[in-house]
Amino acid sequence: MIDVKNLSKSFGDHLVLDDISEHISPGEKVVVIGPSGSGKSTFLRCLNLLETPTKGTITFEGTVITDPKVKIDQVRQQMGMVFQHFNLFPNMTIRKNITLAPVRTGLMKQDEADEVAAQLLQRVDLSDKAEAYPAQLSGGQKQRIAIVRALAMKPKVMLFDEPTSALDPEMVGEVLDVMKELAQEGMTMVVVTHEMGFAREVGSRVLFMDGGHILEQNEPRAFFDHPQHPRTQLFLSKVL
Amino acid sequence: MTFVEKFTLIFSNAKYLDSMLTGLRMTLAISVGAAALGLVLGTIVALVGLASSKNPLVKIPKLICAVYVTVIRGTPMALQLFIMAFVVFAIRGFPLVVTAIIAFGINSGAYVSENIRGGILSVDVGQTEAGRSLGLSAGTTLWYIVIPQAIKNVIPSIGNELIALIKETSIVSMIGMYDLTAAAKNLGSGQNLANYLAPMTAAALFYLAIVYLLTFVIKIIEGRLRQSDRR
Repeated sequence: MIDVKNLSKSFGDHLVLDDISEHISPGEKVVVIGPSGSGKSTFLRCLNLLETPTKGTITFEGTVITDPKVKIDQVRQQMGMVFQHFNLFPNMTIRKNITLAPVRTGLMKQDEADEVAAQLLQRVDLSDKAEAYPAQLSGGQKQRIAIVRALAMKPKVMLFDEPTSALDPEMVGEVLDVMKELAQEGMTMVVVTHEMGFAREVGSRVLFMDGGHILEQNEPRAFFDHPQHPRTQLFLSKVL
Repeated sequence: MTFVEKFTLIFSNAKYLDSMLTGLRMTLAISVGAAALGLVLGTIVALVGLASSKNPLVKIPKLICAVYVTVIRGTPMALQLFIMAFVVFAIRGFPLVVTAIIAFGINSGAYVSENIRGGILSVDVGQTEAGRSLGLSAGTTLWYIVIPQAIKNVIPSIGNELIALIKETSIVSMIGMYDLTAAAKNLGSGQNLANYLAPMTAAALFYLAIVYLLTFVIKIIEGRLRQSDRR
């Protein structure tokens, strides 16, 4: 589904991603963990070209999206993204937040999109918030809205950039529950997170990044029980 | 005659009142025309200034806009007005009011563009990223997501700029135009009231009234735009 070849990214002189190659298959739940500054967020943001790679290619469903001639908007319509700070649009109601993209990209008519929004809101138990503004919601509610806002575009893959890092601890659970449900439905997911419990329970594969490299990867049980690389062992000993 | 008598005379004497109102109309004409021109110019200049510098097509327009803002903000308004009146539009029969509108509009545009640019930059970059990650184009993201939020940030400073503009039009008497300030000066002269205090006070009240009205309108607009902030 997503194929990354020799991906490098530097900001000025600072090399953040160093020659990464990776493949993500349909239905996989890839969890990316690692210390801050390891390049995991940058790696994720390269996948939908929010960051422009310095070198390398990224292929999504057979399209080389790093080719400047590719219409990136059309590619992004098939890739949902959820941010650490939610990034809901404060000037719009929740319903409008969800329907804006499907309507403006021509995917749906307004009434169809309203219908989809109503279904999605029901699914995350926030039907009563349709006409509320983001400022009236709690952090956990905002992030659940952000997830369904991305889902309204009917994406083929969902990218999560530390979706629970900005939440109060008591709200982490409600967001992870929505993500687990999504995983059970078979959505392809790439999740950058510090939630080791989620990685172990939901992930089909765990990548450990440090210094712009993927140092180690494995299926979750083996990864957490028998980490091979000394850096992974050190990291896990500190966070677990 | 006492000050009060002279002051009431300005409003009761048809000739005097007419003189003041003629000046007031000119002040309003220049202010409204220049404000409209300034807002349009300022918006265009701000958007050009924010356009990606990677695009070679906008390189030269960007440079022009940067020079425009620097020159206009770095030179006195009176001098710009003189250049417009005595050099650029030194054409027999060219209406002075148009000259003034263009001069003040160009001046205001430079300040407005900086306000708008600041307003757009003050919108969190995460908003743009969220819009683009949903597959919206740069233009749609700017129009539906960023600009509505920027306007809210920009209204107070644009209001400030409009107030400053209205008062600054009082220098048009320097190129022989008859605005509110010129009218007050004329009424105070020996051929009329032979007293400057009364007409100057009257003119001051007119300016105050305009500015107060404008402030009031801005407050209403701000209130409407803050709707989504309520918790």
